[in-house]
Amino acid sequence: MDVNIIFKIAAVGIVIAVLNNVLIRSGRDEMAMMTTLTGLVVVLMMVIGLISRLFDTVRTMFQL
Amino acid sequence: MDIMQIVAIGIVSSILIIVVKEYNPELAIQISIVTGLIIFASILGKLNSVLTVLKFYAAKADIEIFYFSIILKIVSIAYITEFGAQICKDSGEVSIGKKIEFAGKILIMVLAIPIYAALFDVIIRIMP
Repeated sequence: MDVNIIFKIAAVGIVIAVLNNVLIRSGRDEMAMMTTLTGLVVVLMMVIGLISRLFDTVRTMFQL
Repeated sequence: MDIMQIVAIGIVSSILIIVVKEYNPELAIQISIVTGLIIFASILGKLNSVLTVLKFYAAKADIEIFYFSIILKIVSIAYITEFGAQICKDSGEVSIGKKIEFAGKILIMVLAIPIYAALFDVIIRIMP
């Protein structure tokens, strides 16, 4: 388990916040929403792998 | 010094969550999930050695391996349930967290039925 993924997610969050602000200021509200959604999906993909790994670890450890 | 690392991870990720939460709260929840996962996974390895020792003594004391594995399953269900329920509570969905806990309790009860049965058998045998 590496800690880098926390920083990665935080970086994605900050970048998306900036992009969101810029896009809203330039009047493209629908594009802003799309970027937010894309960021959420990207991070979700990262997190899902971790969750499944945790469940596998617990399952092998307790012989479920 | 594992505890130092874990405390450092917790503090750093809390600060990151505060920074990110202002702009997109959904990513803040994800950061908290990942932090929980990392801490959990880093501490789970330690638990493994304890389990080996426990298993060794259970075999030595002639406890049936069936009952021992039931206890291990119950412990793992408790861990996973607690983890999921806490995440739901953190993201503001207290009622879903409560329902996860409820499901965990029922599953534990179902798993524990053989132990109840054995206990009742003993009680009935003792009673005249």
